[in-house]
Amino acid sequence: MPLDAFEPTLFELSSENGGRSWFPQESAELDGLLPGAYLNVETPSLPIVSELDVVRHFTKLSRRNFCIESGFYPLGSCTMKYNPKICDALASLPGFAQLHPQTDADLAQGALGLMDDISDFLCQLTGMDKVTTNPCAGAHGELCGMLLVRAYHRDHGSDRDTVLVPDSAHGTNPATAAMVGYKTLEVKSNAEGCVDLDDLKSKLNDKVAALMLTNPNTLGLFEKDILEIAKVVHDAGALLYYDGANLNAIAGVARPGDMGFDVVHINLHKTFSTPHGGGGPGAGPVGVKSRLVPYLPVPLIEKDEAGAYALDYSPEKTIGQLSTFFGNAGIVLRAYVYMRMHGAEGIRQNSVHAVLNARYLKSKLQHLIPAEIDADNMHEFVLTLKDKKRFGDFNAMAFAKNLIDRGYHAPTVYFPLIVKEALMMEPTETESKRTLDEFAATVEAILADAKADPEKALHAPYTTPVRKLDEVTAARRPVLTQPCLE
Amino acid sequence: MVFLPHTPDEKQSMLDALGLQTENDLFHMVPAQLQNPAIEFPPALTEMEISQVMQAAAAKNAGSQCVSFLGGGAYSHFIPQAAAAILSRGDFSTAYTPYQPEVSQGTLQSIFEFQTMVSRLTGMDACNAGVYDGASALAEGALMACRAARKDAILIAGAINPHYRRVLQTYLGAPGVKLIEIAAVDGATDIQALKDALSDNVAACFVQYPNYYGIIEPLEEIGALIKDSKALLGVSAYPHALGVLKTPGAWGADIVTGDLQPMGIPLSYGGPYAGYVACTEKYVRQLPGRLVGQTKDEDGKTGYVLTLQTREQHIRRSKATSNICTNQALCALAATVYLALMGPKGLRDAASLSVKRAHQLQQTLCELEGVSLAYDKPFFNEFILRLPLSAKQFCATAKQHGLLPGIQLPDENQLLVCATELTSSSDITLYKRVLSEALQQAGQPALA
Repeated sequence: MPLDAFEPTLFELSSENGGRSWFPQESAELDGLLPGAYLNVETPSLPIVSELDVVRHFTKLSRRNFCIESGFYPLGSCTMKYNPKICDALASLPGFAQLHPQTDADLAQGALGLMDDISDFLCQLTGMDKVTTNPCAGAHGELCGMLLVRAYHRDHGSDRDTVLVPDSAHGTNPATAAMVGYKTLEVKSNAEGCVDLDDLKSKLNDKVAALMLTNPNTLGLFEKDILEIAKVVHDAGALLYYDGANLNAIAGVARPGDMGFDVVHINLHKTFSTPHGGGGPGAGPVGVKSRLVPYLPVPLIEKDEAGAYALDYSPEKTIGQLSTFFGNAGIVLRAYVYMRMHGAEGIRQNSVHAVLNARYLKSKLQHLIPAEIDADNMHEFVLTLKDKKRFGDFNAMAFAKNLIDRGYHAPTVYFPLIVKEALMMEPTETESKRTLDEFAATVEAILADAKADPEKALHAPYTTPVRKLDEVTAARRPVLTQPCLE
Repeated sequence: MVFLPHTPDEKQSMLDALGLQTENDLFHMVPAQLQNPAIEFPPALTEMEISQVMQAAAAKNAGSQCVSFLGGGAYSHFIPQAAAAILSRGDFSTAYTPYQPEVSQGTLQSIFEFQTMVSRLTGMDACNAGVYDGASALAEGALMACRAARKDAILIAGAINPHYRRVLQTYLGAPGVKLIEIAAVDGATDIQALKDALSDNVAACFVQYPNYYGIIEPLEEIGALIKDSKALLGVSAYPHALGVLKTPGAWGADIVTGDLQPMGIPLSYGGPYAGYVACTEKYVRQLPGRLVGQTKDEDGKTGYVLTLQTREQHIRRSKATSNICTNQALCALAATVYLALMGPKGLRDAASLSVKRAHQLQQTLCELEGVSLAYDKPFFNEFILRLPLSAKQFCATAKQHGLLPGIQLPDENQLLVCATELTSSSDITLYKRVLSEALQQAGQPALA
């Protein structure tokens, strides 16, 4: 079956055979247990597909996906590294998978103990005083963190209403600040790609609640003035928020807590390699310095003198509860396995190799496509195709699609927003030197071919199950569900 | 190191190519005083060793092996084996968010199928690709209603899951949305109280279907009342209930939210789950999070893309409808595969059987003297049992017998009890025996 063969939807595959019996026959009727007025006389209009056809359908769909296991995925800011199978397997042991979240703590000591342990490890790794594993994702961690910032200021009688974010920040930063009711103000980047200290100072005042910062930043550059940034932010009475999206560059090497950050969120699916799942689930633990501990979300995991764990909902100043229960335990456990298999030195070596691979790849590509900033990068770097004289109409999108045709995933394109025709690449530590060398050779070949036949290059991809899709019509006249087949 | 492929020679040659002496030179821009922090970590373990550690920890979760009647927002329904097999495919689990549609058609098409199935189940026109869980779905739904109506008060039915209410407070408090609770009377929404609370400032009223006590709220009356006001009707729905009950859409709902966990997602001590936010066509552009749309490629072939992205944080930044990024994609896929395998009959049968088991359980337990149903109202697969002894005390006793009899409530004599199609007649017999013994010990005579 060729990959580009059309795969009908489940609804188009549906037949009228009535469907399979999954349960004993007695289940068919409700025998008047519920009032008739509430019963749906119609059967829900779900598809009826045999088990084999369901398995085939999803197997075919799965083959229309690129994934880490199928090829190199240099997607900047996303950390597409190997997701060890053992982490999935151990987090799915029946003792965890079948544990109901309302189980009394004394019958869930294993899970609670591991979640408490990982909180301690994350404290060590980030240099914070306490960590909650409740947030369900990075952006959820940001929401948690900014609610903590708000609670702290309110508790100290301050009505600060503004949050500063660099112009290179992830979109979640300003979106989160807005959700918490803050105005956002952008801080400019300087010619070196880092926070412009003068601009920052000019925007700091007694209305600023916090500066949200990613370090290394989204250009892959370490904010080398971080100690001074922390000082001026704190001098203004504001807090310093660490977006942990790029912690994987420095984990084990340096700690946000030592840099002066007051709140951090950590994307477990990045640094600790839980699978991305095509867009989740992840987990976004949040760490704080002691002055923010009273506001942490509930429940907290507490350990008594006898070593027994319990869930504590009592803190009075808490920002409240963030999710139905206490976050994505199944993801936290995967990260726990990953951490224990590495130890502190293993985590540090991951960072070393993430930076080594990125620096090496950049050195191999920079003469082909210029870097936006000529400085030593950390775990990722940003190239730009903005030079029209050199690249003509061959833009970042065209480059991305040509890579796809050659069996690679595209880099992140058009981000960060401050770079025109940006190509953001993050090779990660689990790729070999050979993979990087082959990739660099492919990039060279793509550029040569684009020069030889610009028209062809602009219309890539050619080898994928579908070709360039009409996104404009999709947004203008959205088709978000399959119409019922009559 | 465990997953690093570099040989020492390769590593050295890469450092040489960069003109660096040692790996520490990679970090020259990091201030020296920050480098090499002391980190106290236990030593690294091999795969074999960590497996032993995790198995030992799993064994300490005795609750996972008990006969459980716990519900309250997380439910143990049957999961077909084929679902787990499909979910374990690395092509789904190790793919990124489908921002490059040509190499993400698998994820995109499955989300389109998900959106369609949940829209049909809820009686809505559209559904987003997923949010964190049922509580955050409700909170996002409430914020969405405020944006759509340009108002800042939300009414919430008193019999809503208390965890949902707490999350709602967290989400709505910061932007200053007023949350007004409508008291529950006899386990369901007080229609008169709702009537009194409806005002021009109210963006929407949210009720749970069935509610936290398992009771089927009078959506007909509530729907009619809301229709006469300017407020929207929001419903947080248990997906299995939608297999047998009239859709919230049929009762006039504008926004429907809920948790997908009951559909093929393991309990996993509270997560990962996924929530959904569905709505009528009018409010599609206020939806939070990802949406997939069907379109054509250059050759006219049908394909799928992320669409209406101008609602989202990576485009709209501070003006986005939400800061959410994830759509809990793999969990939403689990629900999609579950529904595909079960089909309409399977979902309906699972729901009907859950209802029957819950009623059998309730009738069996209420044969014991002093044990009764707290509210005599139609219930789905959960109900509140009133006991002649302290629920706390009974739970402690039941635990000794490997039984988790329900969730304790503020009323010390009440338990929220749940059954599903997995509840067997021997589970019911065990419950009755243990309760009977507990009643005897507490000095209550019990009927045979």
